[in-house]
Amino acid sequence: MSAGGPNRYDALVVGAGHNGLVNACYLARAGLKVLVLERNPYIGGAAVSRRLYDGFTYSNCSYVCSLLRTEIIRALELPAHGLQIIPYEGGCTMMRDGGHLALYDNHDAMRREIARHSRNDAEAYDRYVRDMLRHCRFIKPLLLRTPPDPTSFRPRDLKELLFLGRHFHKLGETRLYDTLRFFTMSCADMLEEYFESEIVKAHLAGSSIIGTALGPRSPGSAYVLLHHYMGSIDGAVGAWGFARGGMGAITQALAASLQASGGTVRASAPVAEIRVRHGRATGVVLESGEELTAPVVVSNLDVKRTFLKTVKPEHLPSEFLDEVRRFKIRGSSGKLNIALDGLPHFPAIPQGSPATRGDMHITDTLEMVERAYDDWKEGRWSRAPYVDMLIPTQIDPTMTPDGKHYMSVFVQYCPYRLADGEWTAARRQAFGDTVIDAIARHSPDFKDLILHAEIRTPWDIENEVGLTEGNIFQGELTFDQLLFNRPLPGYAQYRTPLRGMYLCGSSTHPGGGVMGAPGANAARTILGDLRRVQ
Amino acid sequence: MSAATRTRYDTIVVGGGHNGLVCAAYLARGGRRVLVLEAAARVGGAAVTREFAPGFRASACAHLLHLMPASLMRELRLEQHGLKFAAERLPTVALAADARHVALGPGAPAPLAQRAAADAAALARWQRQIERFARALHPVLTETPPRLGTDSWREAYALLGVGWRLRRLGRADLRELLRIGGMPVYDLLQERFSLPLLKGALGLDAVLGTNYGPRSPGTVLSLLYRAAASAGVDTLALPTGGLGALSEALARAATAAGAEVRTGAVVERILVHEDHAAGVALASGEEVSARSVVSSADPKSTFLGLLGSEHLDAGFVRRVAQLRSRGLTAKLHLALEHLPQFPGLSAAELRARLVVAPSPDYIERAYNHAKYGEFSSEPALEVTIPTLCDPALAPPGRHVMSVIVQYAPYQLAAGWDGQRQAFTERIIATLEAYAPGLRAAIEATELLTPLDIEREFRITGGHWHHAELALDQLLMVRPVPGAAQYHTPVAGLYLCGAGAHPGGGVMGLAGRNAARQLIREAA
Repeated sequence: MSAGGPNRYDALVVGAGHNGLVNACYLARAGLKVLVLERNPYIGGAAVSRRLYDGFTYSNCSYVCSLLRTEIIRALELPAHGLQIIPYEGGCTMMRDGGHLALYDNHDAMRREIARHSRNDAEAYDRYVRDMLRHCRFIKPLLLRTPPDPTSFRPRDLKELLFLGRHFHKLGETRLYDTLRFFTMSCADMLEEYFESEIVKAHLAGSSIIGTALGPRSPGSAYVLLHHYMGSIDGAVGAWGFARGGMGAITQALAASLQASGGTVRASAPVAEIRVRHGRATGVVLESGEELTAPVVVSNLDVKRTFLKTVKPEHLPSEFLDEVRRFKIRGSSGKLNIALDGLPHFPAIPQGSPATRGDMHITDTLEMVERAYDDWKEGRWSRAPYVDMLIPTQIDPTMTPDGKHYMSVFVQYCPYRLADGEWTAARRQAFGDTVIDAIARHSPDFKDLILHAEIRTPWDIENEVGLTEGNIFQGELTFDQLLFNRPLPGYAQYRTPLRGMYLCGSSTHPGGGVMGAPGANAARTILGDLRRVQ
Repeated sequence: MSAATRTRYDTIVVGGGHNGLVCAAYLARGGRRVLVLEAAARVGGAAVTREFAPGFRASACAHLLHLMPASLMRELRLEQHGLKFAAERLPTVALAADARHVALGPGAPAPLAQRAAADAAALARWQRQIERFARALHPVLTETPPRLGTDSWREAYALLGVGWRLRRLGRADLRELLRIGGMPVYDLLQERFSLPLLKGALGLDAVLGTNYGPRSPGTVLSLLYRAAASAGVDTLALPTGGLGALSEALARAATAAGAEVRTGAVVERILVHEDHAAGVALASGEEVSARSVVSSADPKSTFLGLLGSEHLDAGFVRRVAQLRSRGLTAKLHLALEHLPQFPGLSAAELRARLVVAPSPDYIERAYNHAKYGEFSSEPALEVTIPTLCDPALAPPGRHVMSVIVQYAPYQLAAGWDGQRQAFTERIIATLEAYAPGLRAAIEATELLTPLDIEREFRITGGHWHHAELALDQLLMVRPVPGAAQYHTPVAGLYLCGAGAHPGGGVMGLAGRNAARQLIREAA
């Protein structure tokens, strides 16, 4: 069915983020002539490795590989195309009083470590991990499925609803109730049911707030913890680790896989408009004026950017546009990428402990994390932020010159709009200093080792990566924007009001994190629709 | 245990609160011999009218009646049993510091339309929609929650019934319901309205009596819940003589139906004989036997106190112990020497539900304190001056101001003993911003913190709903799995209090649902 003509394609994918590339790979493997268009001179969207300081490679947006579906890694043969994921074994939370809680992937070591802080919590930890893995096993099969429309009577939707019903039913009564509670609880309430020690709760709470506009006391924050465990149940080594060469290695491998199956990627090709005729997408116009046509146009952009910036409003129902405007996509995270002259010393951590080789945190109570959230609500960056620090170069030396190190610092919370005016260079610097000072409190030589620091606020992330309001999940992961509500009620099946046009970004089910599931699910829907047409 | 038994009853109801009385009334109407045992000197539990200063009386906790469904009041003929209303359909007035107040619902001052036409239209749209939702959800509140994950056809059928009713809303409404159901009320208000004063007033409805702020997901549900209880007809009413009058009418309804009501009877233990609830033991040492026992006490008192964990399996006990039941709502009663002046409101306009919640952010900030065990420095308030409609509550010419206060944590980090005066001052200072000179009119004050509510009304944690009304403590998981259908792991022991579905607020549905369940099971 390949279409002739240099500018004619079977499918155009707007945006070369990981989901756009995953989507394109599946379409190309099905024999479609696919072209992926990327605005930036480099591909990868938010999964990139960039050289912003001589000899240093930064994973300057996403920074760990935990969620990328193993089904996708296998199907697209990413290892064969150069993807190498290196597991890391450590992690820790440093305490203000100089103590610490180390994190080990060895369960017994972890148990002993927790026992240092509380024997009861060490007991509870077994229960906790068992329950978390059970919840993961429950949610995992849902990730690579297209959600039903609960208001429709179409056989496909009823069938999917029935599947969901059965999936729940299979849990049996007691576990079903536990699951219901788990998915509606606040992370703090949930952790308090297991643990008594503040440091243990604070450490575990961290992963429940990353990228969200919620605090650990907000209902619905508990299930976000699953993101932390999703990787570890796949049993596949490296489901949770660093991509060798930085996160860009993932999108580079995807691009290679795409080319191997006949697809093409064009960088520096910003799409100005998605063309529509008679309610059908017909192709795109580049900012250069060049026109490309295809019966299928897939947008990897978030739902707001797609429909408010790249499609002319007259092509869309006004109530649909209202719903798009209503979509919640508030940015809440910042990022620092720091080039270090050497490995900083953290007195709290015993020399040679693997605790510095994974995620390092400095918020040691739930209250501290919750207060960080309160700042965001008031339109300020957190005065005592939650940070997720990693120094991948301890494991992957390819990213820096010998003896030097790269530190990735994810920061929660940082607002897109400041209460006291626009983001300025000075305010960005002040935000960066807040974070650096917070870290320096736990590492005396940290500041002296800094060679270069890239500071990125949600505002910067929007402008560089294109994520509206710098929201790293392309839309908040709250009940009203999950499953059949994601991105919008009635449009959770990757289709749009325009025939031939689809969404494949994290705005769609199952949402963000470098997972690839939205791209794969969208491809399945597109290929299904094409088969129906023929 | 036959030794100590007096006349044998079919059912003993522990606690003469409104739910206990409702339950007893329905059981008696169902032809059962029922005995209600109330620890206090009079019936009503937390729904009583108390003298808090010489000659001044006020409803202890809730001070407005709006949740109890008309059907229930009709069925129990509460009007014949003496329930009268001093005022009905009270308007809500959102107080503004600049005296540009806004009235929601009927009545002056400056109706919303003059202030913000778009908001007025949006509000009308929202009220129509929430009414449709309420009518669809009402049956969910008036029935025993279905069990999930069982292979019973009855349960599956009940579940389908719920699904079908919701689908009958039509696609647009159902989609909206499924979208907003788990949403923070803050976002919903942001989507629909612009006037902060309006958003604040609506936002307060969603968090009143709960442990959440407007930004907490699930607060829209508590708004829907509120509406669903009264099937959408939200009529704020003041019973003549306060909420205590309602309890007395309920007690008369129960007695008229044949139930026996004993006050001053403190139940110490629920007796179990051969794994079956067999009666109760009173503090006096007296034992009363019955075929079944229904407890309107909160789940923690019922299971861990009156029953005792030895009769339950460890998992169930852990769930009960983990039940979140710490109140965050306080009550302030002011005895006033004269009617205070609220600039921008006439005396007549004060016959309303006055709300101090200028914006959702104001409420959220008030909530921030509660998260860290502090009381709100600028609390959100719901104020009534009942004496305007019911002068008998105070000496001639004097007035009572009844104030519901969010937020006052049960466990104050600093401890309540040293802090009650400071908090009272904060509340009065907050009120004075709207009623300058109020302080001068105050003759006496009474502050009821959740701790006081726990002590006086025997509600563990002093929570209005006995157990937090949160997504993870609702419906088939309220109060805990295994006790959500009113029966408990101990045969013959039932729950009928606010801790059971559909929760508290002077609603009475837990009592009625429990009675119906018990009768159904006996049949």
